[in-house]
Amino acid sequence: MNFPILSSLILLPTIGALFILFTKSSSGKYQSSKYVALFITLANFLLSLYLWHVFDKNSVDFQFVENREWLSGFINYKVGIDGISILFVILTTFITPICIISVNATIKNRLKDFLIAILIMETFMIGVFCSLDLVVFYLFFEAGLIPMFLIIGIWGGERRVYSAFKFFLYTLLGSVLMLVAIIAIYWITGTTDVEKLYELGVQVEYQNLLWLAFFSSFAVKTPMWPVHTWLPDAHVEAPTVGSVLLAAILLKMAGYGFIRFSLGLFPIASENFTMLVYVLSLIAIIYTSLVALMQEDMKKLIAYSSVAHMGFVTLGIFTMTQQGIEGSIFQMISHGLVSAALFLSVGVVYERHHTRLINKYGGLVSIMPRYAIVFMVFTLGALGLPGTTGFIGEFLILMGAFEKNILVAMIASLGVILGAAYMLWLFKRVVFGEMNNHELKGMKDLKTFEIITLSALVIPILFFGFYPEPLMNSIEASVENTLNMYNFDLINNLASKD
Amino acid sequence: MENFQYILPEIFISVSIMLFLLIGVFKKNSASLIYNISNISLVILLSLIINLSSLDSIYLFNNSYLIDNLSNYMKIMLVGSGIFVMLTGSKYIQVINLNKIEYPILILSSILGMMIMISSNDLIVFYMGLELQSLALYVLASFNRDNLLSTESGLKYFVLSALSSGLLLYGCSLTYGFSESTNFDQILINSTEFNYGTTFGIVFILVGLAFKISAVPFHMWAPDVYQGSPTSVTLFFAILPKIAALSVFIKFLYTPFANMNDQWQTIIVFISIASMIFGAVAAIGQKNLKRLIAYSSISHMGYALAGLSTVSNQGIQSSITYISIYLVMNLAFFSCLFMLKRNDKYYEDIEDLSGLSKKHPVLSFSLLIVLFSLAGIPPLAGFFAKFYVFLSVIEQSMYFLAIVGLLATVVAAFYYLRIIKIIYFDPEKEEYETSHNLGLKITLAISTIFILAYFMYPSGITEIVSKITMI
Repeated sequence: MNFPILSSLILLPTIGALFILFTKSSSGKYQSSKYVALFITLANFLLSLYLWHVFDKNSVDFQFVENREWLSGFINYKVGIDGISILFVILTTFITPICIISVNATIKNRLKDFLIAILIMETFMIGVFCSLDLVVFYLFFEAGLIPMFLIIGIWGGERRVYSAFKFFLYTLLGSVLMLVAIIAIYWITGTTDVEKLYELGVQVEYQNLLWLAFFSSFAVKTPMWPVHTWLPDAHVEAPTVGSVLLAAILLKMAGYGFIRFSLGLFPIASENFTMLVYVLSLIAIIYTSLVALMQEDMKKLIAYSSVAHMGFVTLGIFTMTQQGIEGSIFQMISHGLVSAALFLSVGVVYERHHTRLINKYGGLVSIMPRYAIVFMVFTLGALGLPGTTGFIGEFLILMGAFEKNILVAMIASLGVILGAAYMLWLFKRVVFGEMNNHELKGMKDLKTFEIITLSALVIPILFFGFYPEPLMNSIEASVENTLNMYNFDLINNLASKD
Repeated sequence: MENFQYILPEIFISVSIMLFLLIGVFKKNSASLIYNISNISLVILLSLIINLSSLDSIYLFNNSYLIDNLSNYMKIMLVGSGIFVMLTGSKYIQVINLNKIEYPILILSSILGMMIMISSNDLIVFYMGLELQSLALYVLASFNRDNLLSTESGLKYFVLSALSSGLLLYGCSLTYGFSESTNFDQILINSTEFNYGTTFGIVFILVGLAFKISAVPFHMWAPDVYQGSPTSVTLFFAILPKIAALSVFIKFLYTPFANMNDQWQTIIVFISIASMIFGAVAAIGQKNLKRLIAYSSISHMGYALAGLSTVSNQGIQSSITYISIYLVMNLAFFSCLFMLKRNDKYYEDIEDLSGLSKKHPVLSFSLLIVLFSLAGIPPLAGFFAKFYVFLSVIEQSMYFLAIVGLLATVVAAFYYLRIIKIIYFDPEKEEYETSHNLGLKITLAISTIFILAYFMYPSGITEIVSKITMI
């Protein structure tokens, strides 16, 4: 048996958390535990880069598979990755150290607890993307609620209790139906092993109900209209780092789930419900973009823009085309980077001026030139300017959509314009214009650690915007395979009807 | 007399009870001594039962007493949790001046009664055991006799329990009348044909049993009794009678009434759904932690019954797994409750937990784990308890029960979250004492680690209970 690299990825942060828990840190500032956390997460990042390096991009099988007996014989602890999941794993391990570096700006009290929560969270997030068994997946998927609930509730803003409860209960409500579906799958097919389920397939007569049960969970998590209302609340009240994790990674779990489970396990149901997803995605794109235009709180604006971007993602996935799905994955990675960066940027000014209201700012370009530059890159990334990652994702998704349904694609394209509108307007109001508020004069430009974190995000956004090949290479074979299986199932089903 | 060795545990505990009573009468100020030797006798009792557990089914006393895998497992659970209940409560009863000789003796007698209930294979033996445990429990509930709430709870429990015993007896006599025997196996043989008499008998017996495990709609006593009784007795109420009653439930449903499952299945499903929903909704507005845990136990019993309603071995095993995990969670929860002490006063309101996490990080973390586990959030033990139950429920295609049950967990999650919110998000209050007796600390540590680490080997209990087959 080879070195269990995926389990190490999953377990390493937890070990770090235990280490921090059991060591007494020096002085009140807990600096040592911060360095431990940083070290652990960086090690995890390097490990995942190594994983990417040895990952066979041309293979369509699951790689680095570990299979261990877990629930006495009938459910196994099984992890493995393919082209669809590897990028999410790397995104997670990349974003977490950035979060840890940003911690000292926003978290004033109970730093040690906070670091433990983040590390535990990383374990669960990587676990979600690696698990190849439905029960294991559910376990990680749900367990992530606990640390996130605490992050929002303990370190959040004024209405943190309300937001934390809303986040927890919404997500739990969606997920319990998925649990019913998972158990039902076990009794229908005799296994919850994803690989075996891909081979066996789920009987057609059950697919619609099971798809809906999974959909209820993923739709809340994505979040899709009309169950998106927890997201703005959670984002606004969460501390900066919490928002970053939420936007960059937690939302991607659902998109990943759609590709891996909804498409992979229930192809016929996915075909049946395509129109439903299109309509909900379009509403998300148009409606939430309009809502975003009207926001006065920066974080809320970005939160609504997240809903709109995730609308593109679900739209792209359900076009069932190579471009659409690849675009969706790319868009998720891009949104992971861009939204994390935007929340960090908001955190930068919030930490200095203690307000998130847009009209309290203006003219920052004259006193914070460096900040203005990075914020511009992120703004352009969010609105999908060519040369940033945002463009490639949206472009591919729209290409896929045009292939399937021109009307849908045209409406979705409107979303791109709206996206440009609210992002540019935000940028204009915050960075340009006259400085009416004299309190702003005292604001300092970026500190060293802010330069590190923000430029760490600028580089991949621009690099992969110009040269998306390395990312696309990893995705391609697996997406093609998923689509082949999907089309094969559809054709078989049609044949059996005739 | 050659079968005497098989009921050695029961004989041992009876002799101990009488002996301790004598010591208590003739030796002055012996309360602490008796408390401690009672605990030791429970440990010996546990080892005696474990010693017997390798045997197959043994029928004793003209088939009226049965020792099998089910009874052995349940007795081990019963006595094992009895030991921990005694360990955790030892300091508490000293502080609130309840350290009297009767206290451990009543606990031992009630455990004896439950052991007889669990092993009974005959209506009369069963009733004898039931009344022995109930009588001891009435006194225990009102043990803090200077306290108005405690006296009220004892009286309330007595009156309602007497009523339910009456119903139960009526059911027994109907069953006897129509199936011509009091022996469980004989009833099974004689009740192959449908008749109204036995059906009514079943209904009355189920009502009596549902009362004992406080399932809706026979739950009215639980909140008052939980709140009024001394906390150590509440812990006892929350665990031991439930184990005994659940095992009797299993026994009744799957031995004498096994042929009539189409008659009782709907009843159990109804009771189960009603308990899950009621327990979840009614707990939301509670202010007292003991009262809240009473409602939470109502809903937990609903889940345990859901497993029983499946008419399958898997279902029974999942119920037993559920109750095993449930008792560990309760032990942990009450251990935390015993730690909320300041100046010889115990605090039991939810508001008293406010901001606990700042001064007492370990205690709050344990509570956090326990509460999330009670809410059934993975990867904690409580999730696996529910998972196994729903696994067996869905196997029988009872989707309605499964969906309602899981939706009820979302409602229930709300009030558990509320406690966590108060512990972690609210401003802190005064500090509590930090020195606790060793038994309490050990119990809390063991139970919390069990809940936290259960996911590493989640089939542990399932493998043990898989020997228990009723069908």
